[in-house]
Amino acid sequence: MIRFDNVSKTYPKQNRPALRDVTLEIEKGEFVFLVGSSGSGKSTFLRLLLREERTDTGSVHVLGKDLNRLSNWKVPQMRRQLGTVFQDFRLLPNKTVSENVAFALEVIGKPRATIRKVVPEVLDLVGLAGKEDRMPGELSGGEQQRVAIARAFVNRPMLLIADEPTGNLDPTTSVGIMKLLDRINRTGTTVVMATHDQQIVDQMRKRVIELDKGRLVRDQSRGVYGYQH
Amino acid sequence: MRAQFVLSEIGVGLRRNLTMTFAVIVSVALSLALAGGSLLLRTQVESMKGYWYDKVQVSIFLCNKNDAETDPNCTKGAVTDQQKKEILADLKKQPVVETVHHESSQQAYKRYKEQFADSPLASSLTPDQMQESFRVKLKDPERYEVISSLFEGRPGVQEVQDQRALLENLFNLLNGLTWVAVAVMVFMLVVAMLLIVNTVRVSAFSRRRETGIMRLVGASSFYIQMPFIMEAAFAGLIGALVASVMLLVGRYFLIDGGVGLAEKMQLIDFIGWQEVVSVLPLVLAVGVLMPAVAAFFTLRKYLRV
Repeated sequence: MIRFDNVSKTYPKQNRPALRDVTLEIEKGEFVFLVGSSGSGKSTFLRLLLREERTDTGSVHVLGKDLNRLSNWKVPQMRRQLGTVFQDFRLLPNKTVSENVAFALEVIGKPRATIRKVVPEVLDLVGLAGKEDRMPGELSGGEQQRVAIARAFVNRPMLLIADEPTGNLDPTTSVGIMKLLDRINRTGTTVVMATHDQQIVDQMRKRVIELDKGRLVRDQSRGVYGYQH
Repeated sequence: MRAQFVLSEIGVGLRRNLTMTFAVIVSVALSLALAGGSLLLRTQVESMKGYWYDKVQVSIFLCNKNDAETDPNCTKGAVTDQQKKEILADLKKQPVVETVHHESSQQAYKRYKEQFADSPLASSLTPDQMQESFRVKLKDPERYEVISSLFEGRPGVQEVQDQRALLENLFNLLNGLTWVAVAVMVFMLVVAMLLIVNTVRVSAFSRRRETGIMRLVGASSFYIQMPFIMEAAFAGLIGALVASVMLLVGRYFLIDGGVGLAEKMQLIDFIGWQEVVSVLPLVLAVGVLMPAVAAFFTLRKYLRV
């Protein structure tokens, strides 16, 4: 599913590498927490998965493809097999809930009949049935994140990448979001989630990968957030 | 689905950016109208050249008895019959000469009377004041030098005059005007390009949220860029249509109605509607393609895909 081989990455005009010689593998269907303090390389890790960046040395394989060798025009095809969720939701404020989800399908040219069928299904799955015609501004943070998850999942991706999806939410709401991500994981979708939320990591008892100053310092199955943070 | 999506995106983009779109339309329209206008002016000059050069002659004016005191070329008095015979014989020997026509002072007087019937000068003229001349028509009007070098300064010849030289001045003026139009057009095109670049930039910036999401969910770069490119092309198309109307109205106003050159200058064969219509496809093509290409290159810089 995901393989990092001796991956290093330094951004231009910075002396310190964002990632140093990271090697790891994530299997299909895993649920992985990516932890570490700010600047530890979590974001770079996720950006490499999305091929927003390329490695300096080493290789990243996602879904069996070497992303360094993937030509630019094939990147969109690759991203269609991924879903992404962010801390700031990234919804379109002038579109309704179902339009926001449908947008993701429209722009990759899905037929209208398919969109009409799958959008209500996925909204039902994330627990937003009955709120299809609301605007994002009228929803709570948790509900907005559910819309974002629905949009990320509507294409039934093999891999869901979540960058601090609970960062803007209170603990109770966060638990709801985690239950939803867990449910998605149980359908066979691999989930990689970067987070600062100690409580969640400790509760879920999933695999934990910890980065520190760009190095992989811990890779623990059924791990906890850690002691020093 | 796709078409409808792209169209609605274009509509949103253009409305959001109404003032900039308007500026793009105006500058594209003006630059294309100037481009079309200079093309048409050139066609006009070429057709006039063809028409007039066919008719122009080289005139060899012969000395009149009155010229003896006034003209340094004619100090020996009026041209003699012997000199005339020699000139005629030499002219006929020249391969560039097509026909030679001798105009006596009497004929010159008659022609002058006809042409300037209204002039008060005409009534005071007498036939013996008019100049005798040979009117030479050349096979190739460009080779006027051959005649002038042979006959200029010859006894009995006052002056060799090439009518083409007179026309040349007019044509040079018109050609100069086309170059001015081209220069202004280039400036306007640059302005139009900069406006398009800026419009696309603003447009891309104001829709960065949408394009960001499109990128994430795997929309192709073609799909992401198409609304912006179509927007620019659409504004360009409107500009080109305005330019086309300006050219058509301009031709009508200058030649038929309004200024009415066709009536005032009947000797000139003015360009018809056909010539105007024939430049319109070019105007439209440039009007659509130029903004689209400009948008494409702008997006490569400002829209990471």
